[in-house]
Amino acid sequence: MSLVYAGVLCHGPGITGRAHLVDNTAARDALYAALDRQRAEIQASGAEVLIVVAAEHFANFFMDNMPAFCIGLGEKHEGPIEDPEWLAIPRTVIRGHPELALRLTKEVMQTVDVAYAEEWKCDHGIMVPLHFLTPKYDLPVIPVNINCQGPPLAPLHRVWAFGEALRRACDSVPEKIALVGTGGISHWPATPDSGKINEAWDRQFLDRLMRQDKAALLSYTDEETYRDGGQGGFEIRTYIAAAAAAGGPGELQFYTAELPIFAVGCTVARLQVA
Amino acid sequence: MSLYQVQKFLYHLNRDDRVKAQFLDSREVALAAYELDNEEHQALLDGDIGLLYVLGVNGQILMHFAALLGIEWFDYLDMMREGIKQHGPVRAGVYTMTGGGASFTVEGQQR
Repeated sequence: MSLVYAGVLCHGPGITGRAHLVDNTAARDALYAALDRQRAEIQASGAEVLIVVAAEHFANFFMDNMPAFCIGLGEKHEGPIEDPEWLAIPRTVIRGHPELALRLTKEVMQTVDVAYAEEWKCDHGIMVPLHFLTPKYDLPVIPVNINCQGPPLAPLHRVWAFGEALRRACDSVPEKIALVGTGGISHWPATPDSGKINEAWDRQFLDRLMRQDKAALLSYTDEETYRDGGQGGFEIRTYIAAAAAAGGPGELQFYTAELPIFAVGCTVARLQVA
Repeated sequence: MSLYQVQKFLYHLNRDDRVKAQFLDSREVALAAYELDNEEHQALLDGDIGLLYVLGVNGQILMHFAALLGIEWFDYLDMMREGIKQHGPVRAGVYTMTGGGASFTVEGQQR
């Protein structure tokens, strides 16, 4: 077994870029502590590479050629694409792992038609997680994207299959791999409703995720998600893929809806690799 | 309407430093290759966040554009609300306003 760690975490440009504006500093600091714990757990797992299953926001892909799933094969990845001062993360170059990424991609292709990209630019969807999980950028990163922005989106059962394929691929190589899914649950980011969070919907989803309740996780329609979780809710795909890759129940280590300035219910969880 | 072209320009602008440099040097030149109607063209020239939001530009693309223009966060949110007041509801896409223009953050309400 070479998947040595699996988890999920939220992202959002405000988590770093609006940290100085936060009124509820206790909740902010508790989130940062939970992310630091996640970083420590990944480090303790002995992981040699980090797969980030992300939901990018038009850093690499547009509606002229939008892949449902894509794996980054590049030697390096650049980010953030956003104004570094706005995001409060300096522009940097992140090391990839092209040879391993290629082996993983070939195995994933056995069951899922995945795109690949030898160039990758990172937006806040990857940069914010990396800022906390590998702040020195000393862990090679293989970026993975699930289209959560440009409908039509992959059905959730295909997302689950993609997560399972990632797991099978990880288990086919000797390297120790950590995998995180990063997204939001309910949120209405980048709209006037930014900060709106449906906490009850979030908690129901997280309960299903922690119990590894596949049937319940795959029961959401995009219409229901849009109604109850906003357009940001489409990012549940990253959490579902991570759950499929992990295979076991989870431990919810942190959740709060008390940081609406971050425009997302802030979440950190570890998923049992089973 | 050529919303697709508006968003494609902003996609290129947000991710490509050469397009950014061109845009900062001459917005007209940067926009020349895109098939835009007059309203879209003027909105991009003016950096009119409110109108671009109402036209249906994906919020993530628009947010990055606002950051490039140096617009402060709460001003960005207010510009979208003002756009709706001036031009009516969002005309396309999934980044619609559902909260009636209210602020959902203490920090925004305290401004």
